Amino acid sequence: MLTVENIDVHRGKTHVLHQIDLHVGHGEIIALIGANGAGKTTTLKTISGLLRPTKGKILYTPEAGKAPIDISTMAPEQIVGAGISQCPEGRGVFAQLSVKENLLVGAYLRSDKEIEKDIQSVYEMFPILGERSTQAAGKLSGGQQMMLALGRSLMSQPKLLILDEPSLGLAPLIIETIFAMLQKINSQGVTILIVEQNAVMALDLSHRAYVLETGRVALSGLSSDLASNPQIQKSYLGVE
Amino acid sequence: MEMNRPRYSLAIMIISLTVFSFLIENMANDYILAIVCFTGINIVLAVSLNLTNGFTGLFSLGHPAFMAVGGYITALLTFPAEKKPLFLPDFPQWLDSFHLPFFPALLVGGCGAAFVAFLVGISVLRLKGHYLAVATMGFIIIIQVLLNNADTITRGPLGLNGLEDFTNTYWVSGWVIVTVYICWKIKFSSLGRSMLAVREDEMAANALGVNLFSTRSFALIVGAFFAGIAGGLWGHLITALTPGSFSLLMSFNIIVMVVVGGTGSITGSVLAAIIFTLTIECFRPLEENFGIYGVGEIVMALFLVLVLIFKPSGIFGTEEPDFVMGKHKP
Ligand SMILES: Nc1ncnc2c1ncn2[C@@H]1O[C@H](COP(=O)(O)OP(=O)(O)OP(=O)(O)O)[C@@H](O)[C@H]1O
Ligand SMILES: [Mg+2]
Repeated sequence: MLTVENIDVHRGKTHVLHQIDLHVGHGEIIALIGANGAGKTTTLKTISGLLRPTKGKILYTPEAGKAPIDISTMAPEQIVGAGISQCPEGRGVFAQLSVKENLLVGAYLRSDKEIEKDIQSVYEMFPILGERSTQAAGKLSGGQQMMLALGRSLMSQPKLLILDEPSLGLAPLIIETIFAMLQKINSQGVTILIVEQNAVMALDLSHRAYVLETGRVALSGLSSDLASNPQIQKSYLGVE
Repeated sequence: MEMNRPRYSLAIMIISLTVFSFLIENMANDYILAIVCFTGINIVLAVSLNLTNGFTGLFSLGHPAFMAVGGYITALLTFPAEKKPLFLPDFPQWLDSFHLPFFPALLVGGCGAAFVAFLVGISVLRLKGHYLAVATMGFIIIIQVLLNNADTITRGPLGLNGLEDFTNTYWVSGWVIVTVYICWKIKFSSLGRSMLAVREDEMAANALGVNLFSTRSFALIVGAFFAGIAGGLWGHLITALTPGSFSLLMSFNIIVMVVVGGTGSITGSVLAAIIFTLTIECFRPLEENFGIYGVGEIVMALFLVLVLIFKPSGIFGTEEPDFVMGKHKP
C-alpha cells in the first residue's frame, strides 16, 4: 500500500532522515519505534506531505492491484484526499471549537451526505464524545481529546491511518481502550501505521515493526520476533 | 425554534436598523447623524477585521491601507466631472470616462482593495505572528507614500476634498447588515470552521486537508473587501480623504475593538465598535473645551489593558452569546 523508498529529509540545516525504507502492506498494522529524536515524527510528517523529502520516493497504492502514485511531491490536502489521514503528535484538537466542529473539520474535504452518519459512528465508538458534542474540545480531558483526535482523523474515511504517539500521557486503562479501538478499525479494513514510545503495546498490536535510530532504520521484522529480540528487549522494552 | 434563533436575530437586526435609520435620518441633527454613521463604519471595520485576525489568527495591521485603496477608488469614480478641472487639473484624461454612481463605485472600491489584498497575501502570508504584523505595517506606509506621490490623481498630501456627501445612515446600515450577514455565514460554514482550525492548530488543520495558504488568503481578501467599502463610506461621510488619515493609529483602534469584543466573536466586534465609537465621541467635547486631547484614546487603551489582563480572549471569546445564538450551539 505504501512504500517509502530511500528518503532523505532535512529540517532546516539538520539532516534528519537518512535513506529510510519502509513498506506497509494492505490491511497491516505497522509500528515505528525508536528513541526520542530518532526521526519518527519527521517520517510521518513527510508521508503526509507536511515535510518534503530531499531525495527518494513515497509510493502509495490506494487499492491493491492499482498502479502506485508518488505522493512525495503532493500537497497535504491531496494526500488526505487520496486516503491517508494522520492523527498528529500531541493530538492537536482545536481547543475553541466544539467536539462536533472538530469532527466536521476532519471531514473538510468531503461533501457527501454520509458525514452526519460518520459523526454518529464516532459517537458510538466513544460515547463520551457524543455526550459532549457541543462542548469546547479544549475542555476535554487528555484521554477524551485523544479519542476526539482519533475520531477526527477517521472522518476523512482514510484507507491508511497514521498515528503519532496516541498513548502519550494517558492512563493505562485509556490506552487499552484506544488500542482496542485501533484493532477494531484495522479489522474493518483500514491499514494502520503507528508511532509509539510504548514499545510493549506497539509490538503487541502490530503485525510488523521498524526500529528507527538517529534517522536510520536499524531493525525491522515481525513484531513477535522483535519482541523477543534481546537487543530490543534491552533498549525499548525495559527487560534486563 | 432554537435552531432558527440566529435567523430571528438577523431579522430583528434588519428591522431595528431600518426603523432606526429612518427615525434618525428624519429627526436627528447632523452631528448625531455623523456619529451614527461613524459607529456603523466602525462596525463594518471591526467585524471584517475579525474575519482576518479573529477567525484565522492572522495578525494583520493592514486594514487602514485597504480602506485607503477602497476610499480613493470610490472617491475618484464618483468625483463630479465639473469639479475636476478645479481640484484635479492634471487628472489623466483617459480616466475621466470612468464615472460611476455611488453604489457601484463602492463595490469597485471594495474589489480593488480585495485585489490588493490578494497581491499582498502572496508576498506576506508566509510570515507569521509579529512578522506579519510588521510586514502589514510596512504596507500601510507603502500605501501612504504612493498616495502622497501620485499627486496628479490623489492631490498628494493635500488629499481629495469636496467629495459628495453620499454616505447616510441607510447606506451605512445596509453595509452593516451585509457585513454581519456574510461574516456570520462564513463563520458557521465549513470554510469558517477551517479558518478557526488554522488559528487553533495549523499543523493539525493542514494534516486534515485544509490548505493553509488559500484559507489565509481568503480571510485577508474578504476582510480587505469590507475595509475597502468602509473606506468609501468614510470618505463620502467626511467628504475628504488624506493619506495621513489611514494611519497605524486607526489600525490600532480597530484591533482594540476586535480584541476587546473577542477574537472570533461577531457580536463582540459589533458591541465593541459601538461602545468605543461612542466613548471617543463622549470625550471629544471635553477635549475641545479644555484643550486636553487624546483622553478618549487613553480610556480605550486602559480598557484594552484591563480586558487583556482579566479576559485575554475578549468579552465573548470566540463565541456568539446566547441572546443572539440561542442555546443551540453547533
Ligand atoms: N522543527 C524542527 N526544526 C529543526 N529540526 C527539528 C525540528 N523538529 C525536529 N527536529 C529534529 O529532527 C530530529 C527528529 O525529530 P522527530 O521529531 O522526528 O523525532 P521523534 O522520533 O518523533 O522524537 P520523539 O519521540 O521525541 O517525538 C531531532 O533531532 C530534532 O532535533
Ligand atoms: Mg515524535
